[in-house]
Amino acid sequence: MKNVLKHRGALAGCLALLVFVFLPFAGFSIPWILPGTLNVVNSSGTLIVLALCFLFAGVAVGYDLMIGFTGLLSLGPVLYFASGAYVFDIAITRWSWPLVPALGLTFAVAFVLAVLLGAIALRVDGIAFAMVTLAFAQAFYFLIENNPHNLTGGDTGLALSDLRLPTFLSGAVSNTRNLYWVALAFLVVAFLVVWLVTESVTGHIFVAIRENERRLDVLGIKPFRFKLASFVLSSLIAAGGGVIFILVIGTAVPSTVASTSVTISILIMVVLGGSGTRWGAVMGAMVYIYLQQYLLKVSGEPSFATLPAVLRVPLSQPQFLLGALFVLFVLFVPGGIAGLFARFAATRNPSLDKPRWRTLSVAKALKK
Amino acid sequence: MSAFLVITFSGLALGAIYFLAASGLSLIYGLMDILNFAHGLFMTLGAYAGYEVAVHLTSSLGAPASLTLAILASILGGAIAAGITEVFLIRPLYGRPVSQILVTIGLDLAVVGLLMGGFGSSSLQIPVPTWLLLATHVGSLNLPNASFLALGAGVIVLLVLEWFLRRTRYGIIIRAGVENREMVSALGIDVGRAFTLVFVIGGAMAGLAGLLYSLVFSGDLVSPAQGDSLLIFAFIVVVIGGLGSIRGSAVAALIVGLLQDYTSFYIGGHQGWAEIGNLSVVLLLAVVLEWRPRGLFGSVA
Amino acid sequence: MSNALELRDLHVSIAGSHVLQGVSFDVPEGGVTALLGRNGVGKTTTLRAILGLVPSTGGIQLLGHDIAGWSTHLIVRLGVGYVPENRDVFSKLTVDENLRLAEAGTEARYDDVYSLFPELKERGKQLAGTLSGGQQQMLSIARAMLNKRALLLVDEPSKGLAPRIVSEFAAVIETAAKQSTVLLVEQNLRVVKRLAQRIIVLDHGEVVHTGDADDLNDDLLVRRLLGVAGAA
Repeated sequence: MKNVLKHRGALAGCLALLVFVFLPFAGFSIPWILPGTLNVVNSSGTLIVLALCFLFAGVAVGYDLMIGFTGLLSLGPVLYFASGAYVFDIAITRWSWPLVPALGLTFAVAFVLAVLLGAIALRVDGIAFAMVTLAFAQAFYFLIENNPHNLTGGDTGLALSDLRLPTFLSGAVSNTRNLYWVALAFLVVAFLVVWLVTESVTGHIFVAIRENERRLDVLGIKPFRFKLASFVLSSLIAAGGGVIFILVIGTAVPSTVASTSVTISILIMVVLGGSGTRWGAVMGAMVYIYLQQYLLKVSGEPSFATLPAVLRVPLSQPQFLLGALFVLFVLFVPGGIAGLFARFAATRNPSLDKPRWRTLSVAKALKK
Repeated sequence: MSAFLVITFSGLALGAIYFLAASGLSLIYGLMDILNFAHGLFMTLGAYAGYEVAVHLTSSLGAPASLTLAILASILGGAIAAGITEVFLIRPLYGRPVSQILVTIGLDLAVVGLLMGGFGSSSLQIPVPTWLLLATHVGSLNLPNASFLALGAGVIVLLVLEWFLRRTRYGIIIRAGVENREMVSALGIDVGRAFTLVFVIGGAMAGLAGLLYSLVFSGDLVSPAQGDSLLIFAFIVVVIGGLGSIRGSAVAALIVGLLQDYTSFYIGGHQGWAEIGNLSVVLLLAVVLEWRPRGLFGSVA
Repeated sequence: MSNALELRDLHVSIAGSHVLQGVSFDVPEGGVTALLGRNGVGKTTTLRAILGLVPSTGGIQLLGHDIAGWSTHLIVRLGVGYVPENRDVFSKLTVDENLRLAEAGTEARYDDVYSLFPELKERGKQLAGTLSGGQQQMLSIARAMLNKRALLLVDEPSKGLAPRIVSEFAAVIETAAKQSTVLLVEQNLRVVKRLAQRIIVLDHGEVVHTGDADDLNDDLLVRRLLGVAGAA
């Protein structure tokens, strides 16, 4: 019985996974929470919303690896997300590549970018690092808007052509379920990768870097290599998320794919969920995306327009509500959702400022 | 040649606005270790404050007087917004610098969202006196009056700021605090008050920067997201100039403004290079960081 | 005789390292008490904990007040002067500005300070960063002594200075000790023997010996506690 309790988190996760896998077969609708019947192949968008939740959850957990576990406050994950979306889009749409080579190219480009830009950015620490990553991401945004060689479509964006896509993936309308499962698969893979890395010695070194980098130098371990590894892995996951995004949404537009608002969203997801906890990032992302879409939908309801302006204006702006929610969480719930759960379970709860998760001595970890 | 001079003038005006935005950011970071992401919000709010005053008072007071009041309103608006932010959001998070940065991000998101809801994402036009829309003949050149305004504001603020930092007690406290906050406390001085002051000063300058940007470069238009797009450049200026250095912000602001305008004018016209102005600034940042990680005037910590 | 300072079971952790592990001692009013120990045992950390510069648990009674958890500037205003280990003068400010910051109301005793350190008066407009090590130390001590202080916390004033200058500073501290209680962290045993009446020895974050300064004449004790042979 004790073992079950200890692994209750993992059990809950597996249970949730099962539920999500079979969700598209469900023949009912849950009013208010899940509008529309879920097993309709021409989806009411609920499956799309959930697919978005899954893909951002994957991106968020990858991002948490970098900021929550390794303590690298990067403000530029959108760069890799956008590169994933755009390179894939360009390869498929402009160059008519088949699926697998397009994927290969996408990840190759993301890898090279992450290594190069990460190496430059990691030459500085802390705030300067945050600024450099932000500036690079912004530069990428400008680059895309520039529409070099007419590849990216500039402001109007680039729609994903489904000529070369395998039939099971193409067309958000006819294959919603498949896209839903692909997004879910992405989340599972991303989560497992992060889980494996954080449980390994490398993961413990990441935490050691976050806690006290100087001590690692003394032990003869070069932090730079590990920081770069964390950065690159996180960026690759983000790139994967970008690919899934464009499959699900069908178009890459700079303002939704490459702008800093995406970075901020991901950052909020991680903090909302609780940094340094993996599943916190997943929860945070799902809550954030779901709320965002739900609020957008609600503000379009006819009964909404009857509210007095003082209420209507703030409530019709998901950005305001999410931003305010975020501020409240930062002020009063620094451990995020995971932190709230931990408080009920009377275990330690982490926060970005003074993370206390698994403060291990690296020497001990190395002896494993 | 005359094109070059006109572009130079415009670049200097842009630099002046960057300076107004960046110097506050730099002080806030230097003293408090906070990357104030709400700085863009202060800029936007300043612009809106100026807009409201101009719209409501132009008919009764005439355009020139209402412009002056609009400018004052922008300074006040920025200052008040910054003061409220510091007292209610930053202070409770003392000792948690990452959370302080995060709360400014959230604040920016929330209030810009509110502005979009209230004003719509479209732009509003500020009524201005006619002279602001004209240019002055200097030698063989036509230089826009609005740019004179920006340059003038930049110079005045620089002088006032320098005076404040060198000659007043709080100015000395702030300069000392940027170097070593702990030691200032260890001398019995309540650094918390300096924090609020620095935020308010930064906010005031940001508000002014926001309004001036609308007047000089945005065709007198105000929109909810304008501050945020300016913010990234302000950050770049701060990092290039050196976190915590006013002089650094001034020099870096001019360099960035000029660079942006030169590249935009001379190269940006060519096919496929439209964003070169913005890109060149980022490139400059990368170069400076590689060569001098602390910025041009940054001190070794 | 009352105590200027009482520490009870002080614990400090820094970056995961348990630096002070239950430090308790009393500093009686008046004179000089020396805080000794090898490098890294926590002497500077103790001073910083007293000043509230690092978070700590445990009891701290300062001049009759229970100051655990107080903000630094409030602790200092009770009447504490601090001469930090690295001098920590504000290098981008002038000497005058450095001193001006240390002013607390109208009590500033510039005359006394200038008579002790005439050079500071001459170099008033000089940037503190351009001063020599010895001059910076002068400034650092002057700052702490500008106002009448009940307690002076002095951290290794002799570090990195030539012997002649060290002896001048020792004289200054002697003068200061006539009006204030001094808690002196020092590695230079000759200075300690000259100035201190009482000693407290730390090792591995705990107090391992308290006694009179005469104890330092016992070479065996000194070697055991401090790892040095006799006077420096």
